Amino acid sequence: MPADPIRRRLLLAAPALLLSGCKVFDRLPRDGGLRDVLESANTLTDLTLGNLADGHLAPEYTRADIRQPMRPNGVTSPPDEDYLRHLASGWADWRLTVEGAVERPLALSLPELMARPSRTQITRHDCVEGWSCIAEWTGVPLSRLLSEAGLRPEARFVVFRCMDTIERGLSGNVLYWESLALRDALHPQTILAYGINGGALPVPNGAPLRLRVERQLGYKMPKYLRGIEVVADLPGQGGYWEERGYDWYAGI
Amino acid sequence: MDIERTGRGPLVYRQNVWTRLTHWIWAVALFLLLLSGLQIFNAHPALYIGEQSGFAFDNAVLVIGAEPHEAGPLEPRGEPPPPAVGTVTLFGQRFEATGLLGWSGGEARAFPSWATIPSYQDLATGRVVHLFFAWVLVATLLLWLLASTLNGHLREVIPGWRDLRALSGDIADHARLRLHYRRRYSVLQKLSYFGVLFLLLPGMVLTGLCMSPSFNAAAPWLLDVFGGRQTARTLHFVEMVLLVLFVVVHILMALLAGPLNELRSIVTGWYRLSPGEDPDAR
Repeated sequence: MPADPIRRRLLLAAPALLLSGCKVFDRLPRDGGLRDVLESANTLTDLTLGNLADGHLAPEYTRADIRQPMRPNGVTSPPDEDYLRHLASGWADWRLTVEGAVERPLALSLPELMARPSRTQITRHDCVEGWSCIAEWTGVPLSRLLSEAGLRPEARFVVFRCMDTIERGLSGNVLYWESLALRDALHPQTILAYGINGGALPVPNGAPLRLRVERQLGYKMPKYLRGIEVVADLPGQGGYWEERGYDWYAGI
Repeated sequence: MDIERTGRGPLVYRQNVWTRLTHWIWAVALFLLLLSGLQIFNAHPALYIGEQSGFAFDNAVLVIGAEPHEAGPLEPRGEPPPPAVGTVTLFGQRFEATGLLGWSGGEARAFPSWATIPSYQDLATGRVVHLFFAWVLVATLLLWLLASTLNGHLREVIPGWRDLRALSGDIADHARLRLHYRRRYSVLQKLSYFGVLFLLLPGMVLTGLCMSPSFNAAAPWLLDVFGGRQTARTLHFVEMVLLVLFVVVHILMALLAGPLNELRSIVTGWYRLSPGEDPDAR
């Protein structure tokens, strides 16, 4: 054991230096050089996980695994006037629009969506924060609507527009939005859910309609949907949280 | 023969360049993985057993939280709010750890700001840092495995029967701090390095992957191996604690054994043996 006080002081100082060195990560600008280097690993992660999961279904569970109500997160009670008006009228005038790079744009009411063939799946919802919750979801497969609308050759991404304001900023309110690659949009477990655990989707969980993308994290599954836009190029970073530093492919 | 004999025992070339290089990459990567991992943990500071997190039922094994101080006399207007109590609930047992866990720096946060990257709450950046160094960890493991297979270092860390028979003697020697400076690792060294390299680090990667919903679709059997996603997350945390313990003991042993000789061997490769040790004994 070194008794030499200088050496001991150096040994004690080393962890403090290491820790203060970590403050370098405190100022990682969204498009800075260091952040770009670190984010380059996301490309590797996304390619690896996306290809590994390709063609596979997310695990499905049994009714016995549903042990609690679905935990809501993010916006749980949209303050928006339009949303509240639709809610008060029982979604009578609400329509889900499907437009963009499609042959036949659609505008579907809730009964029209519910009249289509549905898929029911008991799956695990994983939040980016770390928690998980199992629930049964019922909805219309997104692939069904996209084939009804007819994808044009340039179609590569699907953008989801929502009715809920998630952030009030100086430059106006920000509505939640998300996007998916066609590969995930056409996956059999990717559904537009209007039912949960045998009942109608309640407001905290995204009434009247929310997306389920079972091989990704919760932030890829927007609630309070109003429109779907098929596009050739991704607008911006591809979603509300993506523009705040989260990875676009939320596979891990 | 690259051995220089002196009066203090022979100086031998003990650590090859691949062992030294991977050691230091791991030192940096594991440090940053730890601090970014604690940032991620802070986003939901609770650990559970099973597939899901119990909100309407209790399957939590660890919860770190903050509670207000017990109601006392009302604070006069304009006074700062009374500080809260940081709590740790482990298997239902509640402990207070204000200042370190649950509540520190005047805010509710599971691990304190000096233990997370970034120092403030920023899950997005924590994830970017964590996943980058996760790849560094995996690449370094593969590099080490390949190099160590080719250069023979692999055999040096795998304990054999001869080592295990010497276990009780080695424990007694370590307990009395009667350390030997030999060409070979002692059995306790072999067991701990083997445990870290073949169990803890691969286990970290697998439990980490098990938290990926995409990887769950590709390999649902791994969920069954670990007993569900939330159990995998709990194991990831437990393995982190074990790795931290390993690093603490590892540094402590290097200090006790003589930091200059130990550091020299992992920086330059050259290591001084005890007087009279055979420099060629493997």
